[in-house]
Amino acid sequence: MAPVLELRGITKRFPGVLANDQIDLTLEKGEIHALLGENGAGKTTLMNILYGLYQPDEGEIFINGERKEIFSPNDAIEAGVGMVHQHFMLIPVFTVTENVFLGDEATRMAGLLDRNQAAERIRDLSEQYKLEVIPEALVENLPVGVQQRVEIIKLLYRSADILILDEPTAVLTPQEADELFKIMRSLTEQGKSIIFITHKLREVLDVADQISVIRRGKMIGSTTPKEANQQKLASMMVGRDVDLTVDKTVAQPGDAVLEVKDLVVANDENQVTVDGISFDVCAGEILGVAGVQGNGQTELVRAVTGLKSAISGSIELLGTDITHSSPRRITELGAAHIPEDRQEDGLVLSYPLTDNLVLNTYYQAPFAKGVVLQDEAIRETAEERIKEYDVRTPSAMTTAGSLSGGNQQKVIVARELSRPIKFLVAAQPTRGLDVGSIEYIHGQLIDRRDKGVAVMLVSTELDEIMQLSDRIAVMYRGEIIDVVSAQDTSKEEVGLLMAGVKSETKAKTKKQSSGSNKKVSSSRKSSPKAKKNGSSRKKKS
Amino acid sequence: MAEEEKKENASEVPKEQEEKQNATQIFFEELMSGPVMIPILAIITGLLLGGLIVALTTEEVYTTFAQSPVQAILTGLNAAWKSYVALFTGAIGDPARMIAAIQAGEGEEIRRAFNPFFESLVQSTPYIFAGLAVALGFRAGLFNIGAEGQLFVGAMTGVWVGFAIKGLPPVIHIPLALLAGAAGGALWGFIPGFLKARTGGHEVINTIMMNYIAFRLSEFMLRGPLKRPESANPVSPLIEESAKLPRLFEDPIRFHIGFFIALGFAWLVWWFLFRTRWGFDLRTVGANPNAARYAGMNITLVTIVAMSLSGGLAGLAGINEVLGVNHNLALAFSSGYGFDAIALALLGKSHPAGVVLGALLFGFLRNGAVQMQLTAGIPIDIIQVMQAMILAFAAAPAIIRTIYRLRPPKEAEEGLLVRGWGG
Repeated sequence: MAPVLELRGITKRFPGVLANDQIDLTLEKGEIHALLGENGAGKTTLMNILYGLYQPDEGEIFINGERKEIFSPNDAIEAGVGMVHQHFMLIPVFTVTENVFLGDEATRMAGLLDRNQAAERIRDLSEQYKLEVIPEALVENLPVGVQQRVEIIKLLYRSADILILDEPTAVLTPQEADELFKIMRSLTEQGKSIIFITHKLREVLDVADQISVIRRGKMIGSTTPKEANQQKLASMMVGRDVDLTVDKTVAQPGDAVLEVKDLVVANDENQVTVDGISFDVCAGEILGVAGVQGNGQTELVRAVTGLKSAISGSIELLGTDITHSSPRRITELGAAHIPEDRQEDGLVLSYPLTDNLVLNTYYQAPFAKGVVLQDEAIRETAEERIKEYDVRTPSAMTTAGSLSGGNQQKVIVARELSRPIKFLVAAQPTRGLDVGSIEYIHGQLIDRRDKGVAVMLVSTELDEIMQLSDRIAVMYRGEIIDVVSAQDTSKEEVGLLMAGVKSETKAKTKKQSSGSNKKVSSSRKSSPKAKKNGSSRKKKS
Repeated sequence: MAEEEKKENASEVPKEQEEKQNATQIFFEELMSGPVMIPILAIITGLLLGGLIVALTTEEVYTTFAQSPVQAILTGLNAAWKSYVALFTGAIGDPARMIAAIQAGEGEEIRRAFNPFFESLVQSTPYIFAGLAVALGFRAGLFNIGAEGQLFVGAMTGVWVGFAIKGLPPVIHIPLALLAGAAGGALWGFIPGFLKARTGGHEVINTIMMNYIAFRLSEFMLRGPLKRPESANPVSPLIEESAKLPRLFEDPIRFHIGFFIALGFAWLVWWFLFRTRWGFDLRTVGANPNAARYAGMNITLVTIVAMSLSGGLAGLAGINEVLGVNHNLALAFSSGYGFDAIALALLGKSHPAGVVLGALLFGFLRNGAVQMQLTAGIPIDIIQVMQAMILAFAAAPAIIRTIYRLRPPKEAEEGLLVRGWGG
């Protein structure tokens, strides 16, 4: 039997870039095929070609042995190819049914919508593939994991046989990801085929039947989870041997550098998203702040760095109260900040690297004399930093916007770490970066820790948190649900904490307390205690 | 080609580290490295299409078309050619007349022959000031629609200093009057700037409203406190001789030193924007307010200061006209310099050098249009249509890129402008 999907010699050129170079890919019926590659390797381009968003310059697409020309997503859907994008395309105020049949509405006579018929089909599909989606639910009330399943139902509703999932686990907790993998299994068991785009090695080994690795637009090779391991996959992706484990010695924590007490912060919509948390970060340690995206980490970072004023509570940096200080004051006290969104907050994309590298020190000597900027000093410093931090750029005058994500992040790291700092906030420092850059940035963070900097690492990547942190604070719905020592905990425990489950007994008290404020504050107190226990245990060992 | 040059320049920079680059060199480099091609192509396309419209609006083309289409096309080409010749002589002068005048050696005739050129410069001067005003706003991410109103207020405060203070020597009186004009404009820019920074009130709406207030205020002032006692019309008294910007030639050439002051300010604005840390603040707030906040800049302060400076420059445009050309203030003395300035700041990519070039283009077109109307019988409206097309092309680079199959820009280069709309 012919494979469900075959790509032969797909080539796509963009001005100055060969995005896909003679790529062959075969997808068998009932297979989960992982497409692995660094950012910018050409995975997404290839899938966009399959989905009709780009036209290939060369090459052919065969579906069930039949040659197809796919000029638009409509053609793709007709050919049975569907895609779940990394960012969901759902309308929050619509129900599941409305979202699903949007664009393919079931109608009765005179063009009236037939919701019931559609809902019935969704219910059937949901049962058939164990998706557990209720057609009448409003999408905005659903957790992210379920929203993703709604996206999958959208494809099934349109009778897609080949499902492309683009980085589907990026937005999920580890538990939700496991759920998704089960669903993927159940889909393939019933004859669907899946292309699974990712850069997370562990997931690939867990779930895929076939693994194809793309590097710089070329298909490097195929393998199976049985033959491969993380080390092998990483070196296939990067093209050299990569050190996946982070070497670090036991932390030698000193005095508390940052002390946060009962902090309450609201987001831009005035909803309280950081709800009375207390913790501290000591010199020479990395405190990992774990949590699923959107549990208050963003606002916590903004408050600590002065970008957002706290409603109540206090923040002290090196004994100075900075609760309502300006970002500049906090920077001058010795804080550095690698922001969560590098393009939005960390860089001015239209500026050359020279200006970006002095973005928060431009007004000081030697970069300014009086009010006049000293171009030469700025450029010389920039060139040193570029060399020292291995930023790949044609020149120091290149605009930041024309660099790759990894190099943009290195520019920020270079700027923030080259100052004499005592406290570092690193928010999602490796999001969207390739293995090589991640390795480098992790090394830098450990290096600063060893030099006595207090590091607060905020990340939604559990692996990153586990590898780097000395202590782990888990945020859930605006509170620090627990602080654990990295040595004494497991991925599973932290994963459960991220989902709001403390442990059998604690979970119950948590649920009870969520109603009354008094009990919430008592559970708050419990976290610093747990943290102290954690650090004392560490010292013994 | 420009791209390659740019890259080469950039890679040479490290090698030349020792060699100190002087300011003018950098000024020139920045001018060339910016996206210069689009405005130039926009102008060429606008002129071509303008010629087509001239041809299409010539009646003869249609009457001859029935007999011979070829003849009709030639007639059309001829009409377009004639109108551009007229535009040229109107804006720069008639070369034959210039040569003849120089040979004859008669002073007044020489001045008459060269007058169109100098008159164009006179027309360009307020455009330079007002264009700088809008460009400075753009750089800070602010859309200052209020240059026209700021220009009126600047003219009012400046004209008062010009006629009410007597007995000062010109070296003091002229700067004082200019300063008063700048201050008036700055005040008118400060108000919407303050509202934007403190309350989030959108500067586009507020500057438009401030325009109306300024127009009506000028009417009130010219009928009341600023009225010339001996006149029945709403006109201010003539300014003192000591406040007039000196003219460099005898009549009929009105060319005055205001043009050089404007060029000086263009340099000053460039220096401020690109060489001082205040300018760095301002540009960063405009390019990425989030990054500016992250970098510890005071966005509130920058917004207020930028609007005030923008208003001040617009005020200079107004007082320049009063001190250099009109010598008094009359109702509706500005024929929309402040609004055209928005367009030419766009055309000049919000770069002071681009603004100067754009202002010259506008000044020459505006001055040449008169001659085009007189000798070629082309309605002045055609010039405005042409200006509009040039601007449309310059403001929507995608059109030009499509026509001339230029490569799309790197993401960072575009989108400098108009963050203001989203609020």
